[in-house]
Amino acid sequence: MDRILDVFQRRDFIANFIIHIELSVLATLFGLVIAMLVAILVNRSDTASTIAINIGNIGRAVPSLCILVLMLPIAGLGFDNALFALTLLAISPILINAVVGLRQVNAQIIDAARGMGLSGRQILSGIQLPIAAPIIFAGIRTSAVQVVASATLATFIGGGGLGDYIVEGFQRGDIYISLAGALAVAFLAIITEVGFGTLQRTFTPKGLRLAQARARAK
Amino acid sequence: MDSADDPPTSTLAFLFQAEFASEEQQQKGFIDWEWLGENFTEDVVPAFLQHIYLCAVALAIALAISLPLGILAARYRGLYGPFTAITGFFYTIPSFAMFIFLLAIGFSVGVTPAIIALVLYSLLILIRNVVTGLDSVPPETKDAARGMGLTDRQILWRVELPLALPVIVAGMRIAVVTVIGIAVIASYIGGGGLGTLIFSGITRNFPTLYVTGAVLATLLAISADLLFVRTERLLSPWAHRTRGAR
Repeated sequence: MDRILDVFQRRDFIANFIIHIELSVLATLFGLVIAMLVAILVNRSDTASTIAINIGNIGRAVPSLCILVLMLPIAGLGFDNALFALTLLAISPILINAVVGLRQVNAQIIDAARGMGLSGRQILSGIQLPIAAPIIFAGIRTSAVQVVASATLATFIGGGGLGDYIVEGFQRGDIYISLAGALAVAFLAIITEVGFGTLQRTFTPKGLRLAQARARAK
Repeated sequence: MDSADDPPTSTLAFLFQAEFASEEQQQKGFIDWEWLGENFTEDVVPAFLQHIYLCAVALAIALAISLPLGILAARYRGLYGPFTAITGFFYTIPSFAMFIFLLAIGFSVGVTPAIIALVLYSLLILIRNVVTGLDSVPPETKDAARGMGLTDRQILWRVELPLALPVIVAGMRIAVVTVIGIAVIASYIGGGGLGTLIFSGITRNFPTLYVTGAVLATLLAISADLLFVRTERLLSPWAHRTRGAR
């Protein structure tokens, strides 16, 4: 136990902890922006939506270590390249959920909004996005947890982060160093999962929450 | 390589840089096809087969655990919460960390901790889909079966499970893809498989090796995904009919 605490107290530990968070937050944010832009672009076309979902599904299938490693000969080592690979990883779950979420909004609701004189943009921002918000948040949550986990692998392409300690422990044959890294990563992942679960609940519009409760009561 | 804005204490990056300088000339071009041709049956094929073997064994064990647990949870609702809470906890732990925890509680490096981790990751997905699948069977159908004189056990095996199968297969699809991805990392703790090529390629700074490993693992995951989508459709022809009728 003491030996794990020793690792936590190393000066570089905080630095790598922050790098890990930085990588995860930035990758999820970039992924979110790209995925939402694409989802909004393909929103009006059935074909484009199907293509986007299929690409998203294939993207989700690609193992995380493979995305990082395949970027290596192209982008090389370092923080920026790890960030680039993690961003690619973050896009798919958000993209799938955003496209599906925006499109599953009831056609009658959209018709009613159009009848009330709302423009396409108003329908998107005032109706489709709020109704799709919980599904989109579920996608962001999946992405964020996955990115936090995969940022551990950034160590293999020289990106730093908490994975450094897991690998260092292996190289020195000292499980306690690995354990310190693993505990910190697990802690981050659980915080992310729980945090986004709470956010998801707060971002569900009140009307939708009522509807869900009613459906459950049936 | 960058040196000024190097992240602090990225010892590993430093090691890689040193290797890069010394071994970069060894490989001609992006992929050394000659090497690949010579070592294909010796290194690449066994790693590929081992990868499939790991995933198949893990999935079979996970199914054997999830089916009874899922059936139980569908019957006794109170169990569903605890089941998903526990398996959800496993699912959230990053795989690289999970391997360390398994080693720390006494497993030795090798195939066993790799398979245990892969099983733990599949449980949440599989149990959830077994329950959702069983829930999707209309109560009228079950009533009709009971009216025809089937016992509870017969209803489960002949009515509920066959109707739930497409949803269960949909869960298997997600589980398979997840497991193939995590098995790549499992090579680090001696699980074997395609990750072996990736990790030894990285330490030896030999792109041919890690690119081959990564490309094959990616192709394996994508083809498994497509295969299960097909199976899922074959098993639920009625879903097509309704979609076509719209």
